[in-house]
Amino acid sequence: MTATLIPSPRKISTEPRRSDKVFRGVVTSGGLSSLVVLGLIAAFLAYRGFEVLRAEGLSFITSAEWSITLDESANVVESNFGLSAMLVGTILCALVAVVIAVPISVLSALYLNFYAPAWLKKILVAVIDMMAAFPSILFGIWGFLVLMPSVEYWAKLINRYLGWIPIFEVEPYFFSRSPFVAGVVLAIMIIPIITSVSREIFAQAPLDRIQAAFALGATRWAMIKAVVIPHGRSGVVGGAMLGLGRAMGETVAVYTVLNIVYQINWQILLGAGGNVASLIILKFGEASEFEIKALMAAGLILFLLTLAVNALANVIVKTTGKSGR
Amino acid sequence: MSTTAIPTKPWAKSPRDRIIGFSFFFAAIAFSYFFVAATEMKGKLAYAFIFFLAYALISSTFSFINRGRQAAKDAFVSALVALGAVVTVAPIVSILATVLQKGIPGLHFGILSNDMSMATPTDPIPTGGLLHAITGTLTLVTLSLILSVPIGILTALYLTEIKGKFVGPIRFLVQAMSGVPSIVAGLFILSAVLYPITKNYSALMGALALTILMIPTIARTSEEVLLLIPNELREAGTALGGTQWRTVAMIVVPAARSGLMTAIILGIARIAGETAPLLLLTGGGDKVNSNPFSGSVGSLPYYIWKSFLAGSPESITRAWTGLLVLMIVVLILFISARALSNRKISK
Repeated sequence: MTATLIPSPRKISTEPRRSDKVFRGVVTSGGLSSLVVLGLIAAFLAYRGFEVLRAEGLSFITSAEWSITLDESANVVESNFGLSAMLVGTILCALVAVVIAVPISVLSALYLNFYAPAWLKKILVAVIDMMAAFPSILFGIWGFLVLMPSVEYWAKLINRYLGWIPIFEVEPYFFSRSPFVAGVVLAIMIIPIITSVSREIFAQAPLDRIQAAFALGATRWAMIKAVVIPHGRSGVVGGAMLGLGRAMGETVAVYTVLNIVYQINWQILLGAGGNVASLIILKFGEASEFEIKALMAAGLILFLLTLAVNALANVIVKTTGKSGR
Repeated sequence: MSTTAIPTKPWAKSPRDRIIGFSFFFAAIAFSYFFVAATEMKGKLAYAFIFFLAYALISSTFSFINRGRQAAKDAFVSALVALGAVVTVAPIVSILATVLQKGIPGLHFGILSNDMSMATPTDPIPTGGLLHAITGTLTLVTLSLILSVPIGILTALYLTEIKGKFVGPIRFLVQAMSGVPSIVAGLFILSAVLYPITKNYSALMGALALTILMIPTIARTSEEVLLLIPNELREAGTALGGTQWRTVAMIVVPAARSGLMTAIILGIARIAGETAPLLLLTGGGDKVNSNPFSGSVGSLPYYIWKSFLAGSPESITRAWTGLLVLMIVVLILFISARALSNRKISK
């Protein structure tokens, strides 16, 4: 009475099943979120800032004035929004930071890869990675209360001996809360980033060439000069650009140590600087509706600036090898 | 007559080398002491700097006399790179020491049970506490976890499992996203959600901004972890007749579990101390706010910021104590992330 059922052969197809289609759809839409978020950021900031951008035109970037006059019923009588002082300040602080941070980071990356004993390397790598995760407010307050007095002292020394170089001039004689101080704080914040990028690039230097250099009787420094530096040069440039991007977008740490003045200032030791991100925090508290729109436009400029720097940095790092961070 | 080769270590330092090394060390210390005393430099940093410079000069001169120019350069660079490492680590030592030294006086038992609603900046330290800030930060972190973990891990899965057309662009965009300044994320939520829709400070607004900052961290770390999962596991899953969905859900993700936890913890560490967007979006109230969707809410970074700006000696101490608590939180997160990632998936 038992009928043996012969199952009919399964249809073979490369078509994914329905569950897989759903899965792929969900994952792909999740994957596209970064595109959506970046697009929305640009769109919304541009939309909110449009009015100001149109009213100011190109002078939003070229003028240095930031003022708004309201009458009693909070209507805008006159407004002047220009970012040039803040943009110059942002770039100046970030450049100071990169100039200080790159040599130190390269040296410490070389130390970690080629000089440090294994146990010390392990500890140092952990400490430096942890430093990269420290909140910026910590660097800001520490920089203001602990670091600033000594940096001001260094600034005075630099001014006394190198004051004949235009960027080290200080006129009037006022050193407190200068772009140099902000640059030093930012340098301390980006050293871990540049160090870990450089370290990973240096670690990819071809081992056979390193050994060949040693076999030919090279000292460690001769080996580094002949093999590691040529291999890692563009990677270090990329790491420096990543640091530059981070330094330009930094808000709280700069706000605590920088004296914000609406005036283009190229003297890095003088206590007057600017920073787009800090401007937003500074003005946000008492800003009227129209001024907020100007701040949104400023945010848009900052966003595009850091995006460009970061994109360039990633391209450079990628061409030398798989980027680390 | 036969000779037996005795293993030697010609590269090992002889006692003579050690004595020479130590004498350089002390000579450099003495030199830096006198140099700093003679000129107008001052402070520990000047000593350290001159010490390394002096050490580099002495040891390279010695190498030059004994072994020529190449060796001299090598000795100089050896001292220089060590200086670089010291300069890199010095700030963190100083930060840890300062925060411990200045934060501990502000610790008291009320910190975990009081908020600042009844305390003014000039009140003595034992009044008030951190309760509102801690609960606020917990709320913010929880909300942003709920939002960012699925998106971050889905992005990583897209990059490692689906490998569709957009892998290149998406990897690029995720990296670009990790460079978005935190203030811009705050402004975006302000313009896109707070002004048009809710019109009120709330923890949710802060969490939305933090999500933007957290997604790239989670996505990139998860991607690295998922790439370490051997392909044999995926093939085995498919060979057993599993669909891709079942293979990923039952095999790949469980295998990468501790690595994904690491990614999430690093994400939390990234946002726990983020200040700028919270200044725009959360209001920074001094009272415990149990409603995450409405009303101003405090948080650790905001509390530190507020106390720091208040400027009185008591409130500066409060700021340091807040920093101490925040730093301990970040340290615990970081150490647990390390412990987790070392346990299961070793690189």
